[in-house]
Amino acid sequence: MACIEARGLRKAFGATVAVDGIDLRVEEGRILGLIGPNGAGKTTALNAILGLTPYDGELKVLGRDPWKERDRLMCDVCFIADVAVLPRWIGVSQALDYMAGVHPGFDRAKAEGFLAKTNIRSTNKVRELSKGMVTQLHLALIMAIDARLLVLDEPTLGLDILYRKQFYDSLLNDYFDRSRTIVVTTHQVEEVQHVLTDLMFINRGRIVLDCSMEELESRYLEVTVNPEQVGAARGLRPIHERQLFGRSILLFDGGANQNIDRRQLAAFGEVRTPSIADLFVAVIGNQAGQAQGAAR
Amino acid sequence: MSGAQSSATPESFQAHSVAPAAIAPTRAFYWSVRRELWEHRSIYIAPLAVAGVALFGFLIGTLGRGLATQDLIRRQAILEEPTTFAAALVMLASVIVSIFYCLDALHGERRDRGILFWKSLPVSDFTAVLAKASVAIVIIPLVTFVVTFAMQVIMGLLSTVALLGSGLSAAMLWPHLLEMSAMLLYHLVALHGLSLAPLYAWMLLVSAWARRAPFLWAFLPFLVISIGEKIAFNSWHFAHMLGYIVGSGNEGGAYMAGSNSMAPLSLISPAHFLLSPGLWIGLAVTALFLAAAVRLRRDHGPI
Repeated sequence: MACIEARGLRKAFGATVAVDGIDLRVEEGRILGLIGPNGAGKTTALNAILGLTPYDGELKVLGRDPWKERDRLMCDVCFIADVAVLPRWIGVSQALDYMAGVHPGFDRAKAEGFLAKTNIRSTNKVRELSKGMVTQLHLALIMAIDARLLVLDEPTLGLDILYRKQFYDSLLNDYFDRSRTIVVTTHQVEEVQHVLTDLMFINRGRIVLDCSMEELESRYLEVTVNPEQVGAARGLRPIHERQLFGRSILLFDGGANQNIDRRQLAAFGEVRTPSIADLFVAVIGNQAGQAQGAAR
Repeated sequence: MSGAQSSATPESFQAHSVAPAAIAPTRAFYWSVRRELWEHRSIYIAPLAVAGVALFGFLIGTLGRGLATQDLIRRQAILEEPTTFAAALVMLASVIVSIFYCLDALHGERRDRGILFWKSLPVSDFTAVLAKASVAIVIIPLVTFVVTFAMQVIMGLLSTVALLGSGLSAAMLWPHLLEMSAMLLYHLVALHGLSLAPLYAWMLLVSAWARRAPFLWAFLPFLVISIGEKIAFNSWHFAHMLGYIVGSGNEGGAYMAGSNSMAPLSLISPAHFLLSPGLWIGLAVTALFLAAAVRLRRDHGPI
């Protein structure tokens, strides 16, 4: 069964279309990165998936309609919507009590185990904790839930690099077990590059790229070309080109352009898989360029 | 690698096939109410503080005055003096707490964005709003009663000691005190709980709806309409209608509701109160407001 399945998912706020009819299928056991520029519709799409907002179109999460069955869905789904959404007045032990009280899948001992590794004391109140510690606490609460889908919306926003690294490490080591599904949105794409199994780019409410990381590796190729060979390399129709230290870095889409293969490109220089960040700039940047061209 | 994966899959699949059963609604409700008391500690701190001040006042005021009087009959009268005023102060504090509680209950969680945390848990909006409404309609009146009762018992004990110390009888004091407590309970349930329920529900609704200044949105429109009606038609029909819905306790509980008079129990007519249409209209309006608040909480995200 697909963990998330959407067909024609659409959400408009007045005249602004935040999510413009997306089709989406996330299988169980995947870690999907949902990447997009600000205002692309990521959070709106996630809100629809989490039952926080009504929507048009078809959407099933773990076989349920999230808008109609949010409370039941939340037995199997958990999310961190943004950093520091834990209420400031709540105490750590109160949060543990409450979670154990209302959540059938919450394992208190497990949460206390996670907290024991941090500097958070059960007598602390959230308002006394630093931003990083609040996220640690939230993650400890969430990871102690035996959930099937975890949704993280910018979970590491505003955290320093140590906490960010720790966050993904403990997510992978202590939580992910190949049967759970994780959906994460972030602007810090470099950090999730090696965490993800699937990648999705979203721009202006539409999905512009949807592939697994294996597909990404076989499909997108990047090569650094010396100035004298740029002309020839451009003949192969790269989707994006940027300059670095006087040399050009060309990015090719082997899926759209069947003529490209690794050996052919190897003639120009070392062929690599592009980073998500570079691919993002290429795909989204091209779209922006096209839109501007159309506007003119 | 693939071996480890395949051996891990059935195990975790099993773990998920015994998916945790949904938690009983009563349990979610219970914890939702507890969570409200954690957040809004003024619910019990404010009445306790007022009771503390009242006790202090009683100690140096009433007791001091009584013992300073040499006239024993006068002393007895002073020491048996009803402590209604102190009870009224505690109740006033509770009403103020209720108002601020209701206006903040669904607004505060959106303002501090904690609502995203609460909504990430398997508690329905219905349960959450119902818990908040019961805090205002049931919990606060009960807390008020317990605090007031404890306060009056302490006052009674102090008076008894003073009376017995003066060689006087305290026989009149206790029946009086117990009767007053029974009336107090009725007053709190009938007026603070049932009759004011539409007001609390209205404030919860505004709290769920307003983006800012819920206090103004809750009260200003009524004031403007009432004054407008007075200016335009020189009448108070709108204000009277509001009073009818909110003050239904005045039908049957008029002898005590809203007044500090020490009406004997025989004058209270619960049957009359329960049969008054005003009460039932008020409760229907309460249900309507709460249903709207549930819908609003479901639709609205953080501010």
